[in-house]
Amino acid sequence: MKQSKNLLAGKRDTLISFGIVIVAFIVVQIMIMTGNISSSLKGQLVPICAYIVMAVSLNLTVGILGELSLGHAGFMSVGAFAGIVATTSLAETIPAAPLRLAIAMVIGAVCAAIAGVIVGVPVLRLKGDYLAIVTLAFGEIIKNIVGVLYIGRDSSGLHFSLIEQKFELAEGGKMIINGPMGVSGVTKISSFTAGFVLILITLFIILNLVHSRTGRAIMSVRDNKIAAESIGISVTRYKLLAFVISAAFAGMAGTLYAMNFSTVTAAKFDFNTSILILVFVVLGGLGNIWGSIIAAALLTVLPELLRAVNDYRMLIYAILLIVMMIFNNSGVKERLMEKRAARRAAKQVSKEGL
Amino acid sequence: MAMLEVTKLGISFGGLRAVDELSMKIEKGGLVGLIGPNGAGKTTAFNMLTGVYRPTDGGIRLDGQNLVGKKPHEICKMGVARTFQNIRLFPKLTVLDNVKVGLHNQVGYSLIESMLHLGSYRKKEQEMDRRALEILKVFDLDREAGNLAANLPYGKQRKLEIARALATDPKLLLLDEPAAGMNPNETGELMDTIRLVREKYGVTILLIEHDMKLVQGICEYLYVLNFGKLLAEGTPKEVLNDPAVIKAYLGD
Repeated sequence: MKQSKNLLAGKRDTLISFGIVIVAFIVVQIMIMTGNISSSLKGQLVPICAYIVMAVSLNLTVGILGELSLGHAGFMSVGAFAGIVATTSLAETIPAAPLRLAIAMVIGAVCAAIAGVIVGVPVLRLKGDYLAIVTLAFGEIIKNIVGVLYIGRDSSGLHFSLIEQKFELAEGGKMIINGPMGVSGVTKISSFTAGFVLILITLFIILNLVHSRTGRAIMSVRDNKIAAESIGISVTRYKLLAFVISAAFAGMAGTLYAMNFSTVTAAKFDFNTSILILVFVVLGGLGNIWGSIIAAALLTVLPELLRAVNDYRMLIYAILLIVMMIFNNSGVKERLMEKRAARRAAKQVSKEGL
Repeated sequence: MAMLEVTKLGISFGGLRAVDELSMKIEKGGLVGLIGPNGAGKTTAFNMLTGVYRPTDGGIRLDGQNLVGKKPHEICKMGVARTFQNIRLFPKLTVLDNVKVGLHNQVGYSLIESMLHLGSYRKKEQEMDRRALEILKVFDLDREAGNLAANLPYGKQRKLEIARALATDPKLLLLDEPAAGMNPNETGELMDTIRLVREKYGVTILLIEHDMKLVQGICEYLYVLNFGKLLAEGTPKEVLNDPAVIKAYLGD
């Protein structure tokens, strides 16, 4: 049998997403080489990459699974600080920065995934608003825990304590996380290329997941839980799975983000950051992966680009938000989507000679 | 031994006894109707059979295996599939994908294969497509495969729900008012489809229905519920001429 249109349709969305990212990367690289990029924008390249990964991963929870999470920055925070501890500890063992960053990201992802399981198991039994409130609380709890976390490293290994520094470091030891002061003196090893690669990996895995048996199960839970159960889908399993995968990618984004700054504090990953990411997802369109990418990039760059018309900056920003909202909720987009679906169906029928 | 054995099944919601001492026996390959006035407890009985509600007392056995206390998705894996009175499709998935979700436990591959599209992904997806289209063809829905389920007309949504249930390869299919909202033509067509499904897939069918033409036309045996209790049982002819049943439907 010919490849079904489902595989093809999935491929098309995948191609659009990858196309946007690759073209954007090449354009930015050319701009950097020809020196056509402002230094402030250049400084935002890595955060943009991190925000894109955050938005795409949150879209898995909010758009694909259909559960509202207001604590996504919490997972980013876990990944950021786990990554910092990992890179600092591995500095001598693995001198190659890209490899160290990659390993730190994996460690960040694993820690964030563990946090995802701990939060997800009790929380995913809740519905709608309750889930949102508990994830919001989770984000705040993580922020406050990391805010009183002391981690130091000396010749005898890592030392941990909460609330106050209860350990003494041996000669030559170094504090990694210093409570409310956060982390300072991080060796910046993130780069735009690393961010680009992370986006590609995220897209590859999440888009593949969506166009698979697992993704369909997750979307069936979103569309109708009772029906999904009635045809043999374990709702708890797939909710948790989507939530944890989403957390893991947020963890990687956190590591990438943290490794771009010499100073990082827990306060950076607060409720406002969670909401910012959610805004990217909602404006890009729930369940629309490439929408998330564009929204994250555009809304991060926009305040910078509009500096020229400084007086009207927030006005234009707000108008753009409103226009995107209207477009997303109006019939225009739906009619476009329907037309596209109808065209595809017609093609399929003519192909199979039905 | 009967395929489905329901013994003295009962459930209370607070002080309300929704179903009381319901006993049924359905043989393999049977096409049985569960009828009764509105609010008699028919859908509640379905919800207990599929694990949505846990019965307060009584037992349910499918081929000798106990179903009480099992989760809905476990009961589905044991071979019970259903449709709903108020249609419950996956509106944002295509018609094809609705059926493919039904095949979830029939054609499997691992999470890693899902994420990387490696290994048997392609082969298994093609097999799913083939099987899903095959089922859709039976319901004359294959032309709609690429459309969103939400955009189907009502009658086709009803059919798609049955197609999705069949994809789980059930031994027992529970249909909750399959003809609700259909005109006489559509009902006639539905009766043919139900017969065809039984022959082609060898499933045992238990259906709730108010349309007496459908009930008389295809059911071999009927159970009548009234106020949660079994009022009568027997062949359609016996039951529908039973004065107690007529009284329950029409009043005094």
